[in-house]
Amino acid sequence: MCEQAVAAIIENHRGQPEALIHVLTAIQHELRWLPREVLARVAEALGVPLSQALQIASFYKVFSLTPKGRHEVHVCTGMTCHLCGGDRLLAKVEEATGLKPGETDAAGRFTLERGSCLGSCSIGPELIVDGRHHGRMTPEQVEVVLAQYP
Amino acid sequence: MPKFNTAAELEQYCAHLLAARDPARPCIAVCAGAACDGLDSAAVAQAFTDEIARQNLAGRLDLRVTGCHGFCEKGPNVIAGPQDICYFEVTPGDVPEIIRATLAGEVYEAKIYRDPETREKIAPMSEIPYYKHQVRLLIGDNPRLDPLKIDDYLAVGGYAALVKALTTMTPDDVLAEVKRADLRGRGGGGFPAGAKWETTKNAPEKTKYVIANGHEGESAAFMDRAMLTGNPHKVIEGLIIGAYAIGAHQGFIYTRHDAPRLVEHVKAALAQAEAYGFLGENILGSGFDFKVELHFDVGIFVSGESSALMRSIEGNAPEPRPKYIRTSVSGIWDKPSNLNNVETWANVPQIIARGAEWFAGIGSEKSKGTKLVSLSGHIVNSGIVEVPMGTTLRTLIFAIGGGVRDGKALKAVHFGGAMGGSLPVEYIDARLDFDEMSALGAPIGAGGLLVMNEDTDMVDIARYLMDFLVRESCGKCVPCREGMFQMLKILTGIAEGRGRKFDLERLAELAEVTSLGSLCALGKTSAAPVKSMLQYFRDEYTARIDAGSQTP
Ligand SMILES: Cc1cc2nc3c(=O)[nH]c(=O)nc-3n(C[C@H](O)[C@H](O)[C@H](O)COP(=O)(O)O)c2cc1C
Repeated sequence: MCEQAVAAIIENHRGQPEALIHVLTAIQHELRWLPREVLARVAEALGVPLSQALQIASFYKVFSLTPKGRHEVHVCTGMTCHLCGGDRLLAKVEEATGLKPGETDAAGRFTLERGSCLGSCSIGPELIVDGRHHGRMTPEQVEVVLAQYP
Repeated sequence: MPKFNTAAELEQYCAHLLAARDPARPCIAVCAGAACDGLDSAAVAQAFTDEIARQNLAGRLDLRVTGCHGFCEKGPNVIAGPQDICYFEVTPGDVPEIIRATLAGEVYEAKIYRDPETREKIAPMSEIPYYKHQVRLLIGDNPRLDPLKIDDYLAVGGYAALVKALTTMTPDDVLAEVKRADLRGRGGGGFPAGAKWETTKNAPEKTKYVIANGHEGESAAFMDRAMLTGNPHKVIEGLIIGAYAIGAHQGFIYTRHDAPRLVEHVKAALAQAEAYGFLGENILGSGFDFKVELHFDVGIFVSGESSALMRSIEGNAPEPRPKYIRTSVSGIWDKPSNLNNVETWANVPQIIARGAEWFAGIGSEKSKGTKLVSLSGHIVNSGIVEVPMGTTLRTLIFAIGGGVRDGKALKAVHFGGAMGGSLPVEYIDARLDFDEMSALGAPIGAGGLLVMNEDTDMVDIARYLMDFLVRESCGKCVPCREGMFQMLKILTGIAEGRGRKFDLERLAELAEVTSLGSLCALGKTSAAPVKSMLQYFRDEYTARIDAGSQTP
């Protein structure tokens, strides 16, 4: 199913070099990472050098060149969250998952990311799992929240 | 969906639309803004839907899921019309009572505002201190419309300014109006919008572009998202009017990929505007053609900078260019491209509809109109606030924001995120004004206002902001990449008790060089927080160095 979706995204933009970021974003959303083999197909179909596809894929933070876990855990490290205890929250999440930001565990359950401000500052510090916001978090609540994501 | 070929057709449609709506009919507006959403306002909205169905109230009670109402601290927010009774911290369990009270013309007292000091209960929006001191010209319509319904926008007078511009004004008239209004850019620089439009308009190249910058990468700023998510048509209407004045036939909206509701609303709004004939060919029979494409930032701060943003729209890495090439003359694909912030565009319809004199009558001498500010940090009432330019920080923080939380004292306020500055409490009567705040060393940036209590460690704040910028530098130019890295090293040393005697002099020098030598505003203004620290909090830094340093 994923493969079909990816093929469709690529085919829809064949011959459109300016659509590179659009295409990579769509594929990232679909697969949650960008395998090199897919990047090569994108480059070939859109008519851009593979080096350019790699440049974009490695430059922008949204793109991942390695597979991600089933659940993406973001700890907001924006300025308000920082002021209100975001560091302690991040430390607790690191401890609970055994991960540093950017890492994925061996079982492929979690990928941990430090997210810059996501704009829900009024309810910081925040933990965002798979896009779902858990606001006004304290380190004590971390285990309970993470347990909801097997 | 109707497609309007002339302004007259649209006016007729709007007349019918208004006639069919009963302003006295009770209506519940459930906020689905970013904070309320995070507090599970979706469950509240669902409870209203279920309860309305269960009691068979369709036709007697309307329900609307809306964009941000503003008082994020006390979400989930619900406003019950027609009296605009505000309910806070609403749970699904409150829903039957709110419905009962609303239909009976009463107030459900358990969830209305209670003054923390006087304990007085206040129900109507216009009397609650948080809202009372605001002038909500831009954000005020948010509770009145479902962002997914273009008819709701038409019902509050939407697209009337577009009709006025296209049918009664020439492009030059529109430009002249915006110039007379003295509208200044809301994205950070405060640059006069009219002058920028004119540069693009007069550029010799025929193909021109207009762009709305909805990137909002500034930390602790969340008002652009609230505007664009809650009322996308206002921004789109402004963009179309601007394109008409400038002579552009292609526009772009550049915004965040990571806010699903925002993306959904903007996509729907563009599709509806096209279906109604406000976008496309021969708009409302005027002969003017205009299309808009939606583009996403992909998670890097510098892509909000004008030249980097344009590179990103072209499909390239967002590397800024030197400023001597102006994007208003040579931007996307080297065509003249006029970029304005989302809030700047949102101001355009009202300037056209109500006139430049009206607009210029609001605000301070050199900063006109209102400004959206996001209030957060150690403040009692965090949320999105709209006040006339020239409002004092005291009004913002105390009258509206309710002061510092947990009974602590105010130490400093910070404006403008990583490229802004911190002001000590002595400046509490400073005014929200582009030039006055810049002169003090805390430029208002996009409008993120962070409140810091007496326990805040100012060394840590500067270190934190520099750490953020080091991660966000695109790395293309040396002064930014290396200068910031060295500043971070020094700040980290001071923060960790390894400060040295000459650190502050060295910081000042690095700040100077990085500001002078960097290509784009990211590097140029990266030292702004450091400069404000050296100006206002030097003693704290010196004390830290003295306390922690063993080595000379
Ligand atoms: C690093 C950097 C990031 C920026 N991010 C934004 C942003 O997120 N939104 C924005 O409107 N302007 C941002 N700007 C300012 C833009 O370059 C530009 O000045 C602005 O969009 C122009 O709109 P205005 O004249 O309406 O303010 C940023 C500038 C820099 C240097």
